[in-house]
Amino acid sequence: MFANIPLSQLIFGRLTLEALPIHEPILIGTFIGTLLLGLAVVGAVTYFGLWGYLWREWFTSIDHKRIGVMYMVLGVVMLLRGFADALMMRAQQAIAFGADQGYLPAHHYDQIFTAHGVIMIFFVAMPLVTGIMNYVVPLQIGARDVSFPFLNNFSFWMTVGGALLTMISLFVGEYARTGWLAYPPLSGIAYSPDVGVDYYIWGLQVAGVGTTLSGINLIATIVKLRAPGMAMMRMPIFTWTSLCTNVLIVAAFPILTASLTLLALDRYVGTNFFTNDFGGNPMMYVNLIWIWGHPEVYILVLPVFGIYSEVASTFTGKRLFGYTSMVYATVVITILSYLVWLHHFFTMGSGASVNSFFGIATMIISIPTGAKIFNWLFTMYRGRIRFELPMMWTVAFMLTFVIGGMTGVMLAVPPADFVLHNSLFLIAHFHNVIIGGVVFGLFAGMNFWFPKAFGFRLDPFWGKLSFWFWVIGYYFAFTPLYVLGLMGVTRRLRHFDDPSLQIWFVIAAFGALLIFFGILCFLVQVYVSIRDRERLRDVTGDPWNARTLEWSTSSPPPAYNFAFTPVVHDADAWWDMKQRGYTRPLKGYRAIHMPKNTGAGVILAALSTIFGFAMVWYIWWLAALSLLAVIAVAIGHTFNYSRDFHIPAEEVARTEETRTRLLAGA
Amino acid sequence: MSARKAVQGDGLIHVPSGEVHATLKGYLIGFGLSVVLTAVPFWLVMNGAIESKPVTAFVIMAFAAVQIVVHMVFFLHMSPKSENGWTILALIFTLVIVFITLSGSLWVMYHLNINMMPGHNMSGM
Amino acid sequence: MTVTSKSAVPVFYVAEEHDHPEGVSTPLGFWIYLMSDCLIFAVLFAVFGVLGGSYAAGPAPKDLFDLKLVALNTTMLLLSSITYGFSVLTMEKGRAGATQLWLAVTALFGAAFIGIELHEFAHMIGEGATPQRSAFLSSFFTLVGTHGLHVTFGLVWMVTLMVQVARHGLIEANKRRLMCLSMFWHFLDVVWIGVFTFVYLMGVLR
Repeated sequence: MFANIPLSQLIFGRLTLEALPIHEPILIGTFIGTLLLGLAVVGAVTYFGLWGYLWREWFTSIDHKRIGVMYMVLGVVMLLRGFADALMMRAQQAIAFGADQGYLPAHHYDQIFTAHGVIMIFFVAMPLVTGIMNYVVPLQIGARDVSFPFLNNFSFWMTVGGALLTMISLFVGEYARTGWLAYPPLSGIAYSPDVGVDYYIWGLQVAGVGTTLSGINLIATIVKLRAPGMAMMRMPIFTWTSLCTNVLIVAAFPILTASLTLLALDRYVGTNFFTNDFGGNPMMYVNLIWIWGHPEVYILVLPVFGIYSEVASTFTGKRLFGYTSMVYATVVITILSYLVWLHHFFTMGSGASVNSFFGIATMIISIPTGAKIFNWLFTMYRGRIRFELPMMWTVAFMLTFVIGGMTGVMLAVPPADFVLHNSLFLIAHFHNVIIGGVVFGLFAGMNFWFPKAFGFRLDPFWGKLSFWFWVIGYYFAFTPLYVLGLMGVTRRLRHFDDPSLQIWFVIAAFGALLIFFGILCFLVQVYVSIRDRERLRDVTGDPWNARTLEWSTSSPPPAYNFAFTPVVHDADAWWDMKQRGYTRPLKGYRAIHMPKNTGAGVILAALSTIFGFAMVWYIWWLAALSLLAVIAVAIGHTFNYSRDFHIPAEEVARTEETRTRLLAGA
Repeated sequence: MSARKAVQGDGLIHVPSGEVHATLKGYLIGFGLSVVLTAVPFWLVMNGAIESKPVTAFVIMAFAAVQIVVHMVFFLHMSPKSENGWTILALIFTLVIVFITLSGSLWVMYHLNINMMPGHNMSGM
Repeated sequence: MTVTSKSAVPVFYVAEEHDHPEGVSTPLGFWIYLMSDCLIFAVLFAVFGVLGGSYAAGPAPKDLFDLKLVALNTTMLLLSSITYGFSVLTMEKGRAGATQLWLAVTALFGAAFIGIELHEFAHMIGEGATPQRSAFLSSFFTLVGTHGLHVTFGLVWMVTLMVQVARHGLIEANKRRLMCLSMFWHFLDVVWIGVFTFVYLMGVLR
C-alpha cells in the first residue's frame, strides 16, 4: 500500500518547498522583517539571560495576573498584524480604479481580508478581553486566583497555539481565501483544496479549546470564590458582565467547535454535510456558524460595557446609576443574543415569516443596551467628572457606539438589509460598534488598570495623542464606508470600475493612516511609561480613588492578592471600606495556600499546535504521534497530586510590611 | 459541621452543604424505571403495536423525555439544592439553548429548503 | 460580622482564615463542562434533524438498522450506569476494593457497548453505507460516532482512575475524580437516550 507513495510524501505529507512564498515580494519582505524582529527579541532575551526568568515567572505561571498580562501582550502583538492587513486593504482600495489593478492580486487580497477578520476577532479582541477579565475578576471578588489555575495557563497557551498556526500560514503555505467565517461550498475541499482553510480550521479549533475552558473557569470562579458577604447583587458590575460573557462563551463556543469539525470532516473524510451533492446543505453551515457568531459579538462587547460602568462611576465619584437595571439588562442581552442570529443572513432566503421574527428580535435586543447608555449618562449627570484617559475613551464610546447601534437597528429591518447586506454599510456598522465599543473600551480598561498591574500609570500625554488619532481616525476611516455602502458598493472587492468612488476610499485610507498613528502613539505611550515610571509611580495602590476591591491591594498586588480575605458589606466594597474607617491589618498574618507553577500547559499546547500543523499538511504520522502525546501528557499530568504549596507567614509579613512602609512614605 | 442525613422521598441523602448523596434504593428505582422506559418504546416500534406512526413517534419521544428526567434525578442526583441552585440553573439554561438550537435550526432550514433548494423532496423532513 | 454599633468599624477581613477545602469548584466546573458538551451534541442532533432525511438515493434507516442489536447495546450502557452507581456507593463507604470491582464491571459493559457499535459500523460500511454515501449517513456516523468516542474516552479515564485508586486509595482527590466520571458516564447515557430514540427508533418509524 505504501509502495506507490513517494517517501517525501510519507514524511512531509503535502508539505513541499513550493509552500514557501519565494515568488511573492511582499511576503519575502514581511518574512525578512519578522525574522529580524524575532532575532532581535530572542537575542535581547538571551543577552540579558532572561530565559530562566521568563519560563519560571511567566510561561509556567498559574497566577491569573501573569496570565492576564500575557493575554494582553498577545492581543497587542496580533493587533499589529491585523492592522497591517487593514492598511494593505485600504491602500489597495484607494488606488485600484479602472485600468489600475492596484498592487495586490486577488489571490493575495482574499487572504488578507480573511486573515484580518479572523485575527482581529479571535486573536486580538478575544485575548484582550479575556486578559482583562482574567486579571481583574479574582481581585474584584476578593479571591486569590481563579478556580482552576492550571487550566487557566493551558487556555492561554492554546490561544497562542491558534495564533501561531494562523501566523505560520503567512510563510508556509497560505491562508484561507473565504472570508473570516469560511462559508462552504467555497471552503469545502472541492473549491478550496489547498491548505488555507485547513489552517483556518485548526487555528480556531486549538484556540477554541482554550477559550471554552477559560469560560468554564471564570464562571466557576465567580460562583464559588467570592469573598464572604459578596452576594450576587453586591458584585462589581464588571464581574457581572464577566459572568454573563463567560456564560455566553460556554454556551456558544461548542457550536463553533462542532460546526468546524463538520467542515473538517467534509474536507478530510469526504462526508456530505455542506457539499452541493449527496444530500449536503451548505446553508446549514451558515445557520450554525451564526448561532455561534451572534453571541460571539456580545462576548466581545459585554466585558467592555462592564469596563465603562466601572470607569464612569470611578471618574464621576458616584455610585453607578441603576445597578439593578444594569444587571438585568446584561442578563437579558445574554439570553436574547441567542434569538437574533438569522439577521446575519436575511438574504439567504428563509422568507418573510422567519425574517420578521428575527428582525423584531434584533430590534428588541437594542433596548437593554440603550438602557445601559442611559444609566451611564445618569451616572455622569451631576457628578464631578475627571477627564482622565479612561473617561475620555468612555465619552468617545458613548458618542461613537450609539451611531453604530443605530445603523444596526437599520440593518435589523429585513427589507433594508436586502439592500445593505454585504455592502460597505455593513462593514462600517460592525467596525463602528467593534472599534467604538470594544476597542475604545479596551483602551479605557488598559489605562484604568495598568497602574494596578504595574505600579505606575500610563503616560497621559502620549495616551491623549493616541486617543485623538484613534477617534478622529475612526471617523475618517469609516464614515465614507457608510456613504459607499448606501450607494451600493459591495464588500471584499479589490478593484472598482467607477472612478467617482475613489475620493471616498482615499478619505478612508487617510483615516486608516490616522489610526496607524494612534497605534504608534499607544506603543510610544507604553515605552515612555516604562522609561519614566518613577515620574508616573503610584505607591498607594489606588491612584484613581476607586470603588472596588482590586484597588485595596498594592500595585502590583502580591502573588496571593490579599493577605486576609476581605469581608464585604456593600456593593462598591472598597469605597465602603474607605468611607467606614477601614484600617489595614498590620499583624496576624497566616501562611497562604497557593497553587504551584507548571510547564504542562505549555507542553500540551505545543503538542496540540504541532497536531494542527500536521493535520494541515497531511503529515499523518506526526498527527497521530502528537495526538497520542497530548493524551499521554494529559493523563500523566493527572498523576501529579502535589500541585500546591504554602507561602510561609513570615514571607507574607515581609511583603505586607514593605507595603506598609510604602504607604507611610506616600 | 455535622451532616444531618435525612433520606427523603427521591431516595437521596440531602446534606446541608448543598450536596446530594446516592442510595442503593435510588439507583435501583432509577434502573427499574429506565428499563421499562426503554423496553416499551423498542417494543412499540419493533412490533408496530400502535397503528398510527405519528402517535407512536409522539409516545416514544415522551418516554425519552421522561427517562432523561429519571436519569437526571436518580443517577445524576439533580436537585435545586445542588451547588445552591447553580447546577439546575446551568441545566435549565443549557436546555433552553439546546431547544433554541434544535427548533431554530429546524424551522429556519425548513423554510430555506422550501425557498432555495432545487427540486427539494420534502418527504425526508 | 456585622456592625454592632454606629461608631464601631465593621469587620472587613477574615482574621482566622482556614485553608479553602481543595477542589471546591470542581463539581460545578465539571458540570458546566458537561453543559458545553451537551451543546456539541445539540449541534449534531440539529444536523441530524436537518440532514437525516437526505438519503441521496442511498440506504435509509429501514435498510440498515438492526433494532435488536441496538436494544442489546442500550442494555449494555444502562447496565454500566447502574454498576457505576454501585461503585459510587462503595466509594462513599470507603471500600476501595469493591469500588475497583464495580468500576471494572462498568468498563466491561462499556467496552461491550463499543464493541457492538463498531461491529454495527463495520457491517454498514461493508454494505456500502459509508459516511460519504449521503448526508444522512454522514450525520448518523458523526452523531453516533461522537457519542462512541466519548464513551471510549470515558473508558480510558476509568482505567486511569482505577490505577490511581490502586496507588493512592480513596483520597479526597480520587473521590472527586470518581464523582466527575460518574457525571460524565451518566450524561453519556442521557445522550444515548436521545440517540436511540431520534436516530434508531424514529429512523425505522419514518
